[in-house]
Amino acid sequence: MSLPSNDVMAALAATRFGLGARPGEIDAAKSDPRGFLTAQIRPEGADQPLGGEGSAQRLAEVSDYQMQKRDAKTAGDPKTPAVKDADKALRDQVGDDFLARARLGANTDAGFRERWALFWANHFTVSSTSLGVASVADPFEREAIRPHVFGRFEDLLVASSTHPAMLMYLDQAQSVGPDSKTAQYRRKTANKAGGLNENLAREIMELHTVGVGAGYSQADVTEFARAMTGFSVGRAQDPSPHQFLFRANAHEPGARTVMGKRYPQEGQAQALAVMRDLAASPHTARHVSTKLAAHFVSDTPPPALVARLEKTYLDTGGRLDEMARALVAAPEAWDPAPAKFKTPYEFAISTWRAVGAEPSAIGKLAPVLTGLGQKPFSPPSPKGWDDQAQTWCAPDALIKRLRFSEGFAAVVADRLDPNAFAQSALGARLTPPVAKAVARAETRREAMALLLMSPEFQRR
Amino acid sequence: MNAPFSPQVSRRSLLQRAAGLGVTVSFLGGSAFAAADGAMAKRKMVVIICRGGMDGLTVSPPVGDPDYAALRGDVAVTPDKALKLDGTFGLHPALESVHALALKGQARIAPAIASPDRARSHFEAQDVLETGAAQVYGVNTGWLNRTLEVMGPSKVEALSVGATAPLILRGKVQAASWSPGKGVDETARLPTLLQDLYKADPMMGRAFARGLETEAMAQQAMTALNPAPTPVSADAASMAPKAMWQNAVNTSTATPQGMAPPAMASGPQAIAAQRQGREAARQLGSTLAGFMTQPGGPRIAAISLDGWDTHAGQVGQLNTRLSYLDAVLDGLNTGLGAEWSNTVVVAATEFGRTARVNGTGGTDHGTGSTALVLGGGLKTGGIIGDWPTLKQEALFENRDVRPTLDMRGLFKGVLAEHMGVDRAALESKVFPDSADAKTVTGLV
Repeated sequence: MSLPSNDVMAALAATRFGLGARPGEIDAAKSDPRGFLTAQIRPEGADQPLGGEGSAQRLAEVSDYQMQKRDAKTAGDPKTPAVKDADKALRDQVGDDFLARARLGANTDAGFRERWALFWANHFTVSSTSLGVASVADPFEREAIRPHVFGRFEDLLVASSTHPAMLMYLDQAQSVGPDSKTAQYRRKTANKAGGLNENLAREIMELHTVGVGAGYSQADVTEFARAMTGFSVGRAQDPSPHQFLFRANAHEPGARTVMGKRYPQEGQAQALAVMRDLAASPHTARHVSTKLAAHFVSDTPPPALVARLEKTYLDTGGRLDEMARALVAAPEAWDPAPAKFKTPYEFAISTWRAVGAEPSAIGKLAPVLTGLGQKPFSPPSPKGWDDQAQTWCAPDALIKRLRFSEGFAAVVADRLDPNAFAQSALGARLTPPVAKAVARAETRREAMALLLMSPEFQRR
Repeated sequence: MNAPFSPQVSRRSLLQRAAGLGVTVSFLGGSAFAAADGAMAKRKMVVIICRGGMDGLTVSPPVGDPDYAALRGDVAVTPDKALKLDGTFGLHPALESVHALALKGQARIAPAIASPDRARSHFEAQDVLETGAAQVYGVNTGWLNRTLEVMGPSKVEALSVGATAPLILRGKVQAASWSPGKGVDETARLPTLLQDLYKADPMMGRAFARGLETEAMAQQAMTALNPAPTPVSADAASMAPKAMWQNAVNTSTATPQGMAPPAMASGPQAIAAQRQGREAARQLGSTLAGFMTQPGGPRIAAISLDGWDTHAGQVGQLNTRLSYLDAVLDGLNTGLGAEWSNTVVVAATEFGRTARVNGTGGTDHGTGSTALVLGGGLKTGGIIGDWPTLKQEALFENRDVRPTLDMRGLFKGVLAEHMGVDRAALESKVFPDSADAKTVTGLV
């Protein structure tokens, strides 16, 4: 398989592997497009958005707010100004988090590194199904995802599966072994014994690791869920407040059997051993490789590319930095035909990057994404945001993208030379018909809107 | 740009709130149908997909089943709260409009229905529900799209509403789509120039062309059925109920207020949010009816309603979700007016939930659930399919409601009897490999 010219590869490096070209980015990648990307891979992981608090502090604030609300309710008025202010402050923080993350995407010189982090954040999805989870959606990415994206897959899996955001989002924090000490005690003292919740165990197997075709059964899911009992989040009075806490008393005693293997371990070592085996499974190698290839290259990825990534995963014990290098090295990833249709977030971020700017306020960003079907921090299910053109290239979505492009052009176009802008945004990927349409446009605004809506800008 | 206080903007904003609730609409249909003669040409069908695994035992609680209360504990609907259907079944108290229709013989339940998939995976089960295949990854087109292929070769138009395109109507027939928001002037220069550029990208070209067409129809749908209550003026809008206007503003600017769903909370604030959510859902139903009653409008529609995955805190969450479902159905029913008698609506989910309450005030992924079937032309009758009971030995894998009816059999029944789809084509093209799923008869 022959590679395209360096000019085309530089444009692909910035737009397909990265988050869209900032002014000068394609030129910077021209001498060595692959080296431009591999230089972004680093052991300390992805960049961190500016500002923000840790999840323990956030959850303490949520807990304070809930207490304040309860007290106000007891006193007769649940909607005191103080309660409303506290509620608004918490929600505003979530908006600030999202804006900081979008600004990182808009400004970073390492677009590939950021896209790589976003891929893994979406693989281990949490969604704002409650104020608690919304408050730690960004801390989750900072703490559990970003530090590990160039490390071992297993470490990423364990970090995600022990983070309060995931434990709360998929109901693991409350799961109690039916024969655990906690359940026995509750049976004696209360009506409710509590019990098993298999949500996280199922999604780890189905979505995060081996995938649905791996041949596991309902019994395997339930056994893994039993092994995971005790994985919880500390309350204010617990030893590790608002952080991961293994509740030994809630853990289901005894050995477990998952996918044919017996796990005799005690305590949290048991579920960690299951996770280790899940991470090492060839099914996981296949699942993760297919998803990566589909995200970076094509909705129907070339089997040769998937096979290369799969082999890298198995040869290196799931080293994600090596996976990133294998992706950059694979000739199949450099097919010049732009197969991927940008998601709303990718489209929006790439428009800001194209003009070397960043979103000025959450109010300028969130409505656009919500209207296009990608509400901030709110993927529709644990599967995360969809990655297929068929989902995003819908008639209504294109009309809304056009509206956004017109509005965006109205603000920034009058300062730009349209032809130079087209070159810096797309480089050698700019096709003659689009270049001609831009050159012939009646106004700068029209030229810019045309470029943003062009097939080559909408795709990558 | 519209005037900031025009009633049209507030209608759109209200619908945007509906989008924020996790509601999307998609529909198919076409002028070819309208041109055809006969009563069949007026027949309409709406499929509501309740995503996340809707709990049938809460939708239509079998309060007369002797094992129900014990299995469900705290999350059971009590007999005094259930809206009575027969000696065994009631409806959840939030389903008031559905119950009123049921009393008139215009709503029925299928209380032990399931797709052929048994993996208890949302994604796999939704795929099977929407593709109509016998197993996952069987096909990659939706059965509603294939229905159109079969019913109206080549000239049938397709239309979808919602920011993303659901699998159920993906396929050869290009589905247009629309969702609330500001439109574009299709006669302006830019759309024309873009259509030229999209000749090189057929996928974008088809989608864009259909998007432009739909805009005009959307305007009509909203004005035809939701006339402005007061004259178009800033004064009139400023007199509108403050809460509603504020809500619209919050949603249209999508400050993070809209980020957490209103499902779990209780208290006056939550009740107010739920009332507004209901109103938005109702408006969505009547706007969809507005599309469907236009000459040449769509006759087949699909709505997605998210948020049914109730592993914890099930009672409050389902109370809210069911009240929205009820409101969408009420909006459709009233919006369709006389056309209600030509319409069948099916609300279905990818799987039901465990018969027993779990340890966290919720239920886990199960198998059999309830489908709702509604319409002005339904034949009266009891439940659709058999009730397997909740006896321990009757439960599927000692865990779930045992399915006695294949979802495809119900869909085939509606398509054959109500929409007049050719039975041979149903078996070969729309639901291939569904011989095991016996077609339900006697619906209309």
